[in-house]
Amino acid sequence: MSKNKASTPAKSATTRKTAPKAKVKKPTVLITGAAGALAQQVIQRLKNTYQVVAVDFREQAQHGDGIPSYKLDYNKRVFEDLFKSYKFDSVIHLGRIQSSEETITRRYNANVLGTQKLMDLAHKYGIRHLIILSTFHVYGADAYNPALMDETAPLKAAELTQDLVDSVELENLANIYLWKYPDLNITILRPCNIVGPGVNNTISRLLSSKYSPCLLGFSPIMQFIHIEDMADAIELAHQEYHRGVFNVAPSDWVAFQDALAHCGCTPVPIPSIPPVLPKLISKTLGIKSFPSYLLNYFKYPVVIDGREFENTFGFSPKRPLKEIFRTYKSQK
Amino acid sequence: MFEKNAHYFRQHSISVVIMKLKSLLKRTLVSNELDQHLDKIEKPVGSLGYDPWGLNTDTNKIVFSLFSTVYEKYFRVETKGIENIPDNGPVLLVANHSGQLPIDGTLIAYAVANRLKAPRYPRAMIERFFPTVPFLGNILNQLGAVLGDPTNCAKMLDNGEVVIVFPEGIRGSGKMYKDRYQLQRFGNGFLRLAMEHNTPVVPVGVVGCEETIPAIANVKPLAKMLGVPYVPIALPVILPAKVHLNFGKPIYFENEELTEDQVVRRVEKVKKSINGLIAKGLEQRKSIF
Repeated sequence: MSKNKASTPAKSATTRKTAPKAKVKKPTVLITGAAGALAQQVIQRLKNTYQVVAVDFREQAQHGDGIPSYKLDYNKRVFEDLFKSYKFDSVIHLGRIQSSEETITRRYNANVLGTQKLMDLAHKYGIRHLIILSTFHVYGADAYNPALMDETAPLKAAELTQDLVDSVELENLANIYLWKYPDLNITILRPCNIVGPGVNNTISRLLSSKYSPCLLGFSPIMQFIHIEDMADAIELAHQEYHRGVFNVAPSDWVAFQDALAHCGCTPVPIPSIPPVLPKLISKTLGIKSFPSYLLNYFKYPVVIDGREFENTFGFSPKRPLKEIFRTYKSQK
Repeated sequence: MFEKNAHYFRQHSISVVIMKLKSLLKRTLVSNELDQHLDKIEKPVGSLGYDPWGLNTDTNKIVFSLFSTVYEKYFRVETKGIENIPDNGPVLLVANHSGQLPIDGTLIAYAVANRLKAPRYPRAMIERFFPTVPFLGNILNQLGAVLGDPTNCAKMLDNGEVVIVFPEGIRGSGKMYKDRYQLQRFGNGFLRLAMEHNTPVVPVGVVGCEETIPAIANVKPLAKMLGVPYVPIALPVILPAKVHLNFGKPIYFENEELTEDQVVRRVEKVKKSINGLIAKGLEQRKSIF
């Protein structure tokens, strides 16, 4: 991070001091991964009631007036300067290097150690609420998975592939902090596939493509949540203190290949047995939307039960599957 | 490479063909009457016709209409006591298992979905090996079969489903012809679930399925090599044995803290009742075919 960027927090803090005194001070929230589509949706929802501070390690995103935005690495010391400059009341941690990007080590450093650093700082600076975005991938796509897995199901992803170790480790760490520092009020969210306009994850890329690979003879049941519903879920989770781990998924299900058909994709079946064959094909062709370590998620279902979150926070997703898929179809 | 072969795939893609075939089959095979009959069954499916375990209402209707001939003309199934299955709420249908292939489960499911008053879609718990088989795993799921896992069974009972259980497992389905109608050891899991979820157990005696694929031996090394439960030596046909299904009165078990021995005694009660129903079926039948 450059020197002048490091000085920005202090500068912005001064600017804030000059704001009219009569105004009641809004609570301050730090949002990581701010350049991502989901964070932008969350910022839109919170900016009127909160002083939002946006951070991303990829780029300095523009969120409009009054929202300071920084590009910095959570593992660097300057990150702490932010906590000193702003008195954060809460943190929404969405920033993550996706499993399709970078090397395992780089991801581990950013996602696991970076999150640990963030949690340590949150503890040190007395943050009262910390929301951490996880993923349903942590459960692992196993042939013996029951459906409607609740939050107590074992996390088997690390057993199945090295590439998802950072997701599981991040959760383990967050869970340790959850019981060690109850004052942090950590809420961990494990959403199903987040899709919708602007989402650039593996599944969204697959649904956007004209020709989408799938495994011959396998069409696992999947769950999808619209990015705006997910942003609503994060907003709800941020409104109340409910420590714990929560799955976030609508009570609606569809087989993967049906989803592809609804999105107007032409499925391209890849031979599925023996299991080394699709791995070899995926690796050789280097298909970014069908990475070899996620192949099992296109073979076996990971169906999660989102009812605990719905009941605790009064959440009900508003965008039905048909509407989500229609958008993908219309883009083709 | 994708783009190059894309046109070919678009024309021949198996899933596209399956989707088209499915809608065509539904239009041509499923009569209005059947459609209405099956629509009477309330199913907690989502907006695209799937439930969390992969059951699909359209696939069910198609297979149901195809299967009616097999049920009525081939196996000429006769049922007794089907009204003993409660009209709503969770139920465990506990039956004897036989005949190498899961024909018994399919016939029980058809019978319950076909009953005139309060039809229901029972769900069968299947062997752990099925989900790993391409096509077959998905089709079984679409028909309502579910991986035999206690969590699955518990969640289904919470949803008020009728669940078919074969507590003998492969010990029952894979047994030899000489051991026909001798109940094998029962697992206790179903009874614990019945107690925990206040679910009545309806015993079912299946007679006839033992004669559909009579096996004289099991090639264990081959089964091990293929990763399947058993490889029977049998005729490569399914014989048209006449099938009798006898449904017993529901048995209710109180939810108490019990030792494994006490649970075994309760399981024995169910086993005894199934034995009685099998004997009844054997008496009813005039000839094997």
